[in-house]
Amino acid sequence: MKVTFPHMGQVYLAAKGLLDDLGVEVIIPPPITKKTLEIGTRLSPEMACLPLKINIGNYIESIQRGTDTILLSGSCGPCRFGYYGVVQKEILNDLGYDIDIIIFDPPDTGYREFIQRIKRVAGRNSWLNVARAFKKASIIVEEADELLEIGLKKRAREANSGETDSRLYAFEREVIKCYGSYEILETIRKYKGILESIEEKTGVFPLKVGLVGEIYTLIEPFVNLNIEKKLGRLGVEVYRSLTLNEWVKIHLSLDMGYRLHHRRILKKAEPYLGLCVGGHAWQTVANSIHFSQNKLDGIIQVMPFGCMPEIVAESILPRVYEDYGVPIMTLVVDEMTGEAGYFTRLEAFIDLLEQRRNRTGEKKPSLSGG
Amino acid sequence: MRKSQVYLGVDVGSVSINVVAIDGNGNVLEKIYMRTEGKPIQILKEAVGRMASLLPANVEIKGVGTTGSGRQLAAAVLGADVVKNEITAHGVAVLAFEPDARTIIEVGGQDSKIILLRDGVVSDFAMNTVCAAGTGSFLDRQAARLNIPIERFGELALKSRSPVRIAGRCAVFAESDMIHKQQMGCCCEDIVRGLCEALVRNYLNNVGKGKEILPKVVFQGGVAANVGIRKAFEDALGCPVVVPTHFDVMGAIGAAMLSKQHAGGNKSKFRGFDRILQNEFHSESFECNGCPNYCEIIRLTSDGATVALWGGRCGKWAGSQERIEEKRMA
Repeated sequence: MKVTFPHMGQVYLAAKGLLDDLGVEVIIPPPITKKTLEIGTRLSPEMACLPLKINIGNYIESIQRGTDTILLSGSCGPCRFGYYGVVQKEILNDLGYDIDIIIFDPPDTGYREFIQRIKRVAGRNSWLNVARAFKKASIIVEEADELLEIGLKKRAREANSGETDSRLYAFEREVIKCYGSYEILETIRKYKGILESIEEKTGVFPLKVGLVGEIYTLIEPFVNLNIEKKLGRLGVEVYRSLTLNEWVKIHLSLDMGYRLHHRRILKKAEPYLGLCVGGHAWQTVANSIHFSQNKLDGIIQVMPFGCMPEIVAESILPRVYEDYGVPIMTLVVDEMTGEAGYFTRLEAFIDLLEQRRNRTGEKKPSLSGG
Repeated sequence: MRKSQVYLGVDVGSVSINVVAIDGNGNVLEKIYMRTEGKPIQILKEAVGRMASLLPANVEIKGVGTTGSGRQLAAAVLGADVVKNEITAHGVAVLAFEPDARTIIEVGGQDSKIILLRDGVVSDFAMNTVCAAGTGSFLDRQAARLNIPIERFGELALKSRSPVRIAGRCAVFAESDMIHKQQMGCCCEDIVRGLCEALVRNYLNNVGKGKEILPKVVFQGGVAANVGIRKAFEDALGCPVVVPTHFDVMGAIGAAMLSKQHAGGNKSKFRGFDRILQNEFHSESFECNGCPNYCEIIRLTSDGATVALWGGRCGKWAGSQERIEEKRMA
């Protein structure tokens, strides 16, 4: 069995660690590039949303490297993503590939099927081994997100422009050579130290911008056209709402404290939206309010073209702006998005926030947490 | 005698290149509006050359700002101090001339935008995303098809008594609908007026969607010269629409003002008129082979030496541009 999985930001680190530890042979799809997108766009239905197209591109590029099994996380179908596994299997079958897709739906609806599917991947590993590997993988997710968050803080303040990014590129080149969760974690920790030691400018008060929106678009930098890097280079400190770590904590772990925290944030959306309308629309509204209450300077919503849940959220956000007064901008991405126009909007939005701040003369200290 | 101090603003857009010179008090000294004609570097040099001949010989260029879709190119050719997006530039310029403005409607060659100003700062904006119907290029094309000089397009619209309704959702459909109305025998001025109204409808539904348009409304960009469109905006919004004196070069004025704010006591990076006009600038593109993204990288050379590089997702070429810049300053 040679296993692959679609890319989504830092997912590959945890997936590689997990599968290495279980002794399963892994093929990491090559990093997402324009070529991946081209393959995916050619082979997917035109109306499908962007993440599906990129997933297909990942699979094909892995199949070219000898994959025979695909692992995919599901989401029990609150939006189109819930059908991805099934649709993607059909697409690959139509193309004549004999590929097995194993879908991990979060065990919200019952652990039995979940356990059976794990068994298919884990083979003869003892349950203790499986549990350990999962534990390690969740630590990788957590620490990888911490690494990125150090990056977000540093990028806005680095004394030598571009240093944070070049360190992170070095990290990516190094971590890909690791085997097993131990080596991966060691590398992450090493680079946390390296990032922490990046020299900062003194006396800068970066603008603080929160990102909300569709989860895949937020987490995968190729899809959001490196929005975190672009904002960072404009001297903005970015706060993320949906992260892998958060997703794991809410759906897979038994961390009740965190689940309650998540509930409390969702509750803030109640005057506008009091239930799940698919995807992460609820979270988008709730997190926008959360960010506004925490006095961020601005909020940017990012979504793939035609994402219904986010369109619902988009229509609610102007009211959040009216009530809380923190500017919100929406950016839509798909395979047609031009980078120039995208950057113009980002830059103009940041100028707008800067002017607002200069007028009020408020310079806010860093937030703790997000 | 003390040299007079001048700030240059350059707006390199899809259709026109505008160069303005302002003095230390923000007064516009000279302005130049030229068509890009697909040759931005050549036309930019020409425009700057004309500006040099208009300005008195003893001026000192204290700062240069560039804006528009070609702002990086212009910045590299001229040696600019400030490179800013169009939205900020337009906002700054309008606030200087019309401090009580609350809405800016800007319709340019290939894009249109709305900028909302509240309490003297930009509070919201939007640009056209999906469709170019309602921009200058489309009007240009229709004027050419109807064989009417674009300058007379607006006056003609005002003569109409019963405008026809033209589908304005999409440039392609608008055109076929216009042809259809023509074949039905509608007269030319009614069609032109109908087109103006369709464009305004399109703008308000796409770009202005969900935005609170409050007076005073300022209308600028090349299309603001068109009195037909201006009238159609006034009818649709139910309030007067102000077209500023320098409506066609507001972006460039904004860029010049930003360079003035930025200047302080610093020396400008401006290359100087003589060097810009004498040097041959050449741009070429190549594919970066660093990863399978194969980004297109633009290299601008002047007399064989690379003066600027840009493009690419990862930022590695952007870094090299800064190094070139440092070398040049040293």
